[in-house]
Amino acid sequence: MAYPYVVWIAILIIIPMLLIIAYAFTVEGTAFFQGQFTLDNFGRFFSDAVFLQVLLRSLRIAVVTTIVCLLLGYPAAYAISRSGASSTMLILIITLPTWINMLVRTYAWVGILQDNGLLNALLGLLHLGPFQFMYTDFAVVLGMVYNFLPFMILEIHTSLSKMDPSYLEAASDLGANNTKAFLKVTLPLSIPGMISGITLVFLPAVSSFFIPKLLGGGQYVLIGNVIESQFLTSGNWSFGSALSLTMVIIIMVSMYLTRRLDRNREDEI
Amino acid sequence: MKQKKRIHWTRILLAAVIVFFYIPIVYTVVFSFNSTRSLTTFAGFSLRWYEKMFSSSMTMNAIWTTFAIAILATVLSTAIGTVTVIGLSKCSKPLRRSVSMINDLPIMNPDIVTAIGLLMFFATMEISKGFLTMLVAHVAFCIPYVMLSITPRLRTLDPNLADAALDLGANPWQALWHAIIPQLSPGIFAGALIAFTMSFDDFVISYFVTGNGVQNISILVYTMAKRVNPSINAISTLVIVIITAVLLLVNLIPLVRDRAMRRKKEEAV
Repeated sequence: MAYPYVVWIAILIIIPMLLIIAYAFTVEGTAFFQGQFTLDNFGRFFSDAVFLQVLLRSLRIAVVTTIVCLLLGYPAAYAISRSGASSTMLILIITLPTWINMLVRTYAWVGILQDNGLLNALLGLLHLGPFQFMYTDFAVVLGMVYNFLPFMILEIHTSLSKMDPSYLEAASDLGANNTKAFLKVTLPLSIPGMISGITLVFLPAVSSFFIPKLLGGGQYVLIGNVIESQFLTSGNWSFGSALSLTMVIIIMVSMYLTRRLDRNREDEI
Repeated sequence: MKQKKRIHWTRILLAAVIVFFYIPIVYTVVFSFNSTRSLTTFAGFSLRWYEKMFSSSMTMNAIWTTFAIAILATVLSTAIGTVTVIGLSKCSKPLRRSVSMINDLPIMNPDIVTAIGLLMFFATMEISKGFLTMLVAHVAFCIPYVMLSITPRLRTLDPNLADAALDLGANPWQALWHAIIPQLSPGIFAGALIAFTMSFDDFVISYFVTGNGVQNISILVYTMAKRVNPSINAISTLVIVIITAVLLLVNLIPLVRDRAMRRKKEEAV
């Protein structure tokens, strides 16, 4: 009964992946099976300062988003795991918005971040601003944090809630104060959760293209926007495939390094 | 004293995060009833954006497409996923492992990469893009999630269950339908829910594999968002209401069923 699906994944998962690789390494404008092998698509990307800048900006935005999510997500997850019986309810409250269309929730920020929008009105009460938020790095990072922070909270909460509370009792019996118990027991035990949280935030952040388009404006270009335009406007599939492949490799390498970091730390213990 | 202070600090942050998650949702709903075009000042209550939404054939088509695809994709991916999981449990371990590894590809890859792979596949096969390609793509990205939610249930299943049913005179289909599927039903149900919401909310993959003017709600919002357009808020509110209703229903059904069962038990006593 499983064989039809084996055929299905060969056609709809394996072949599309192979097509991306095939197009990335062949001369533009030829069908891949008659195409000549070339590295020009990658060469064009790495020799053009504009594209390198786009790549660096995408990585910078994704890293900043991940750090902000970690800094906000950890204390939030910690508070949830310490809230006893209401933690299930709190998790439900955190999860609920993630079920609603990301595009719809991102578009809502357009009104809030306008020069005369809600955020500037609130800051005005404190006699601050008005600032221009729309079409800035701030708006893009905010949009990404908004969309991906729930994943970070859920992952960290899962690892915190698995922790045996008797470890903390043991730590305090052995004379550790709260800060020390947190740094020596809770924090190290929640690293696996932080790592899967980082993965779940970094991956969509580096590849997102509608958040920069909606909140950064048409001039704001990240690598996802370049891939989009290669496929839907300029029709250069070879270059678009090379960009996608580069992005996937960067993601895979950074995931691998993050996991390695954890393993090294475990070895030290 | 010190501990109390820290709990306060993280709790306040958690409350702020929850407000942050819900403000855009509330903002969208409120401004969908605004009587002017403004996204920043609320001038008065009106239903004009809803009238505009329901009178626009483009919007109604997008709503229809979204529902048709979500329902078909849910039914097809749940059926294929369930049959495949059961079938795989009888297959060799290497095959099982390779299927789950290949299934992980679209889950781990950025959406945009899955999307361009499918776009190039459909184009290479000279399949014209439209409703059908969108449906096939949705079924393809839902199945791995359906399988992921059913597989753990199957592991807890008694392997003798099918044999027992067969010994009692059931034919293989009856054994599957009456003995195995009911045992898996919580996993199947969860998988179907994930499939429905993922399909209903999808933007990236739909955007790349559609054509011939076929649009779902997300694509419509994305194309409309290029200019200030308050009807987006009405459409967004519709999406928010539908998804919230589905989630409430899904959470209420087991509750009502439990209560009915308990009442039955009490009557029996």
